[in-house]
Amino acid sequence: MSLARRIIPCLDTDGARVVKGVQFVGLRDAGDPAELAARYNREGADELIVLDIAAARDQRPTFLETIRRVAKQLAIPLTAGGGIREFEDGRAVVEAGADKVTVNTAAVERPQLLTELAAAFGSQAVVLAVDAKRVDNRWEVFVCGGRQATGREAVAWAQEGVARGVGEILLTSIDRDGTRAGFDCELTAAVARAVSVPVIASGGANRPEDFLAVFTTGEADAALAASIFHDHRQPIAALKQFLAARGVPVRLSR
Amino acid sequence: MKVTLVDYGAGNLPSVERALGRLGAESERVAGPAALRAAEAIVLPGVGHFSALMRTLEERQLRAPLRAALARGVPFLGICLGLQALYESSREAPDDRGLGLLRGTIEPLPAGVKLPHMGWNQLRRVRSSRLLRGVPEDAYFYFAHSYAALHSDKATAAVCCHGADFVAVVEQDNLLAVQFHPEKSGQAGARVLQNFLESAQ
Repeated sequence: MSLARRIIPCLDTDGARVVKGVQFVGLRDAGDPAELAARYNREGADELIVLDIAAARDQRPTFLETIRRVAKQLAIPLTAGGGIREFEDGRAVVEAGADKVTVNTAAVERPQLLTELAAAFGSQAVVLAVDAKRVDNRWEVFVCGGRQATGREAVAWAQEGVARGVGEILLTSIDRDGTRAGFDCELTAAVARAVSVPVIASGGANRPEDFLAVFTTGEADAALAASIFHDHRQPIAALKQFLAARGVPVRLSR
Repeated sequence: MKVTLVDYGAGNLPSVERALGRLGAESERVAGPAALRAAEAIVLPGVGHFSALMRTLEERQLRAPLRAALARGVPFLGICLGLQALYESSREAPDDRGLGLLRGTIEPLPAGVKLPHMGWNQLRRVRSSRLLRGVPEDAYFYFAHSYAALHSDKATAAVCCHGADFVAVVEQDNLLAVQFHPEKSGQAGARVLQNFLESAQ
C-alpha cells in the first residue's frame, strides 16, 4: 500500500483546440480537448492538465468553456492554467470545474498571488508552474512561455512557492521540452529533494525508460507528457505495466 | 430518492453532482436550512480549509438542521473535509467546532512524507464495508489533503497510510464518510457512490 506515481497527459490548447509545437513554434491542431479528455479518462490517466498557451485576454471565455467541456468528461482530477494573471482568473478556472489551478508568470511578478489562491482554495488546489533552464551551473526560472529570464533560481523559487502555500510544483525543463531526450532527472531531483510538496516532472518524455528514470533517479511524484500520448505512440496502460514490472507503484486498476 | 448536496461553496460540488448524475441519481444543491429538514439522503462534499466549512455551515444556518437530520437517521455521505467535519475539532482550525458526531480531533499528517497527500493510494479494510462492497481490494482512490483522523475507532471501516495510518472510510449506522474523493476516483470511486446510493434506498 503506497502512493502511486502519477502519469499525467497535458493538453496544450489555443483556448479552444489542442495544439502541438516545439517551444511554441509551428503550432498545429492536435484535436478536440473534450474528446482527448474522454480518451485519457478511459485509458487510465491519473490526472489531466489543460493549459491555455495562447492566453489571450479576449479568448478567456473560450478557454473557460473548454475547461467546462473537459471537466464533464472526467472522473479523475483536472488541473488548468495558462494566462492566470490575477486572483479572479484563478477563481474562474476553479469555478469552471478545475480541481487545481496552475500559475506561472504572474506568480513571479507578484508572489502574493500564490498566497491569496492558497488561502481561498486550499494548498491542494494551487500548483506553481516553474519553467527552468540551465544557465551556467544553476537552473534559472524563465517566464512568458520560456522566453524571458527572471534571474530567479529554480530550486529557491519552488521553495518560496511552497512557503506561500502551493501544494504542488509543475517543473518543466526548457532544455528538454520538445526534444524527446528524456526528462531532466538532475533538475527534477534537485527540486523534489528541496520541497515538501509533490513535484510533477515535465519536458522531454519519449520512451517508457524516461518515465522510469524520472520516478527513480529524478524522484518525481508525477510525470507529464503530451505528444507521445496524443499521437498514440505510447499507450498509458502499457507504460504503467512497464513501470509496475520494474517496481514503480502505479495505479493499474481503473 | 433525491440526494441533497450541501452547498457551502466547496470546489468539488459540481464534480460530485456530475458523478451522481452519471449513476442516474437525482440531486439538488441546498444552501439553506429548510431543504435539509426534508432531505432523504445528504452528501457533504468538501475541499479546502476546515474553518471555511464550519463557518459557512454556521452562517447559512445549516449546522443544527444537518445534525438533526443525521440524528434522525437520514443516510449521509461525507467526502474529504466532509469526513473531517464529523469529528469534534481539527488542529487546522482550533477555534472552530466540528459536528461532533464522532469522537476525536483531526490532526496534521506527520512530516517526513510529501504533503499534501496528493494522488492515488490504496486502502486497508479493517472490517466489512458497505461502501467498498464489490470494490477490488487493491483499488486506488484519489486523495488530496494534509489533515486526517489519525486514530481508528469502531466507526472505522478502512484505513490508508501516508506517513501514518489514518481513517479513510467511516461507517456508523447512517453516517458514511470517505477521506478520498470518490468523484475523482474513476470506476472504483463510482462504485463507492453507487454503494452509497443503494444503501440509502
